[in-house]
Amino acid sequence: MKEIEEQEIQELESQEYFINMGPQHPSTHGVLRLVLSLDGEIIRKVEPHLGYIHRSIEKMCEHDSYQQIIHLTDRMDYLSCHMLNEAVCLGVENGLEVEIPERVKVIRTIISELTRLSSHQLWWGVMGMDLGAITTFLYGFRDREMITDIFEETCGARLTMSYNIPGGLMFDIHPNFQKRTKDFIVHFKKKLPEYDKLLSDNVIFRERTRGIGVLSKEDAISYGVTGPSGRGSGFSCDVRKHNPYSAYPKVEFREILREEGDCFARYKCRIDEMWESLNIIDQLIDNIPEGDYKVQTRTVIKLPKGEFYQKVETARGEFGVYIISDGMKSPYRLKFRSPGFSNLSALDKMSRGCKIADLVAIMSTLDLVIPDIDR
Amino acid sequence: MNGIIKYFKDIYYGLKSLVTGMAVTGHYITHPKEIITQQYPENKDTLKMFDRFRGEVVLIHDENNEHRCTGCSACEVACPNGTIEIISKRVENEEGKKVKVIDKFVYHLQMCTMCNLCIPACPTDAIKMSQDFEHAVFDRSKLTKILNKPGSKIMAGVK
Amino acid sequence: MKFLYDFGYLTGSIHEWLSARMDPPVVTLVETIIVAVCFMILFAVLGLVLVYAERKISAFFQQRLGPMRVGKWGTAQTIADVIKLLFKEPLVNKDADKFLFNLAPYIIMISAFLAIAALPFAKGLHALDFDIGIFYVSAVSSLGVIGILLAGWSSSNKYSLIGAMRSGAQIISYELSVGLSLLTIIVLTGSLQLSTIVESQADGWWIFKGHLPAVIAFLIFMIASTAETNRGPFDLAEAESELTAGFHTEYSGMKFAFFFLAEFANMFIVAAIGATVFLGGWMPFYIGGFTGFNAVMDFIPPIFWFLGKVAFMIFMMMWFRWTFPRLRIDQLLTLEWKYLLPINLVNIVVMAFIGLMGWHF
Repeated sequence: MKEIEEQEIQELESQEYFINMGPQHPSTHGVLRLVLSLDGEIIRKVEPHLGYIHRSIEKMCEHDSYQQIIHLTDRMDYLSCHMLNEAVCLGVENGLEVEIPERVKVIRTIISELTRLSSHQLWWGVMGMDLGAITTFLYGFRDREMITDIFEETCGARLTMSYNIPGGLMFDIHPNFQKRTKDFIVHFKKKLPEYDKLLSDNVIFRERTRGIGVLSKEDAISYGVTGPSGRGSGFSCDVRKHNPYSAYPKVEFREILREEGDCFARYKCRIDEMWESLNIIDQLIDNIPEGDYKVQTRTVIKLPKGEFYQKVETARGEFGVYIISDGMKSPYRLKFRSPGFSNLSALDKMSRGCKIADLVAIMSTLDLVIPDIDR
Repeated sequence: MNGIIKYFKDIYYGLKSLVTGMAVTGHYITHPKEIITQQYPENKDTLKMFDRFRGEVVLIHDENNEHRCTGCSACEVACPNGTIEIISKRVENEEGKKVKVIDKFVYHLQMCTMCNLCIPACPTDAIKMSQDFEHAVFDRSKLTKILNKPGSKIMAGVK
Repeated sequence: MKFLYDFGYLTGSIHEWLSARMDPPVVTLVETIIVAVCFMILFAVLGLVLVYAERKISAFFQQRLGPMRVGKWGTAQTIADVIKLLFKEPLVNKDADKFLFNLAPYIIMISAFLAIAALPFAKGLHALDFDIGIFYVSAVSSLGVIGILLAGWSSSNKYSLIGAMRSGAQIISYELSVGLSLLTIIVLTGSLQLSTIVESQADGWWIFKGHLPAVIAFLIFMIASTAETNRGPFDLAEAESELTAGFHTEYSGMKFAFFFLAEFANMFIVAAIGATVFLGGWMPFYIGGFTGFNAVMDFIPPIFWFLGKVAFMIFMMMWFRWTFPRLRIDQLLTLEWKYLLPINLVNIVVMAFIGLMGWHF
């Protein structure tokens, strides 16, 4: 007779089941597949599966010249494309050690802040829509329309701008640029309090976001969550303050920090950042210095051998470009540090113990753009 | 007692926030003049895009059906993904020398990303971006366009 | 045009015309058939008008124009939608329970029909005048829950089941609030019969006569009835951005149209009940004592008063839907059991006291 051995059998808890928030889902902001393991309505584990929109941009950059890389970076985080372009241009300009005219720096900063505003407006609209208030989507897009009109008149395109080139800008700003921007600031300063009245002060919204998805400061630092999501937990990580670039040393603005680390804190960080962006543009729009709009570089740009890193603050967090060059006309290797990837890795930690409806709220406040994560 | 006061205060502030929210949307339904959408296919006659809008690349022809393209292939080199193909041929000009002249300017509209890198690269300003954005066709071969009409080149074009 | 003011003339003359030709049982049968056909036409017209109204109103809230192309100003849009739904393939899941799957939409429609038959549309246009009117309407509209639960269960789909369970819990909880807030006014009228309730508002609507407790009861009724019909901020059973359409995920074609239609019919029913009990049914806006003013108000036929009040209530429900975010299931149940129910009970006691002392108008 055989001995009966004691064995440990691994079993699922009897009530748990798996649900797929599949690649096509109205609230995952792109193609992201989340495998949730649920117990009734409580989430026990979230596993993101990425790669549905991987287009091997980093590999393509190894065959393109430095001017041609710019139009590829547009398509990664398409809501803050100007800042991504600026990152690559600054990296190349630092490598070539050229001096950029003041005019270019100021214009780049103004357009960066306008891009940040338009990204936050779209985020606000989508956040309301995910939680059920569908009208906010249309209001966000209505306000964003003025910014895309400014871009269309100056750069020629509404979403994928490719306006920066290594050495400066592709062409000078349109004569109407200043007037349009000033009109927009006046108009938006009246509309932004409406955002508060419609969503921030609403009792239903507060009940759905207060105390949900708490991320402590130590967790934010160890997962590398930057941008407004990290600043909502108290992690001071604004690249514009710690490593300023372009015209940021010249302007006065506050870094918005909050202590609670829940969804409402991240939400308020972004709304307050919109006010700060309006402030920055106000300071710069009347004082654009005269000068050239670009520095003449060679047609074929070759960076000296070495490694160059440049980071900028996009609407989602800290974006970094790491270029390894071996002296040829294309980089040997190009790596992008995308903010969405690190922010997404903290999703599991934040959503244990919440319900499905809370998961939707948490993902909205993280402000993920999946092409940025998958590249 | 504090619990009861807090209960009623919660109800009061909650209701007040709801009514303020309703006032915002109520404002928009009572002001239909502020509607911002356009009826697109019906307003095509009055629709005007901005000058710098990137629709598609065209070769500029003047009224004598002449263009300025020398066939130097600077745009083909600048284009990141091979959208432009320049096919040139050698002909004899008036002085008896063999010069390179453009035969066909092939433009693959299906691959173009409208990145605008080709326009500043052209040394003779022969190409520009038009504002035409309606590119949908039923037959894919119509998207491969030959940009130069049967014409010739005007003088003083530099390589 | 006399019949427009009192439909009794029209129904009376039809009855005489039929009785002169046939025996009484056949007359009853023919009248039943006529009434049934009228209600079916009413349902169809209701669906058309309400869907179009919802699309246009939501568009104006969102600063856009809504349907404009099909028909002048988009009026034929709903007809085009219905034709599209008729052409769709009626798919059934392989694992679904076929009998229950096909039965569920019909149960919802049947409960809507039963409830609509008891509403007083105008003077003399009242199909089923029971003396337990309100009780009957409440009871019958709760049959709709069975349809939703059957739909969720028989789809053999995890999402549908979650949605149906949520919806079941929600509807059962909020029925309490609806019933109690209606009871607040019944305390004053003293009768459950719908026509008596309307007649008793001949010198002013209950929402004015009952002052503060009636206003509170009206607000609670509005909130609870939006929750009853799975609309507005309480629509997590079909939350599009979370569970991709909830309990009717697996339905397509005409059966989906039935669910859709039943939601709008339910909205009409609760708006009509609210208009009857709180806002005076088909009574014009009288102020007791101002006979000249009352004569002017009498000029508009009662059926238009009724439809106007129902339209106002439906507009308020749509306004709620397009402004507020959604509530989570536990917040919804908290709202009902911790806030609405206690306030309702206290309100009834206060109203009973007011009724006893005669402090209402």
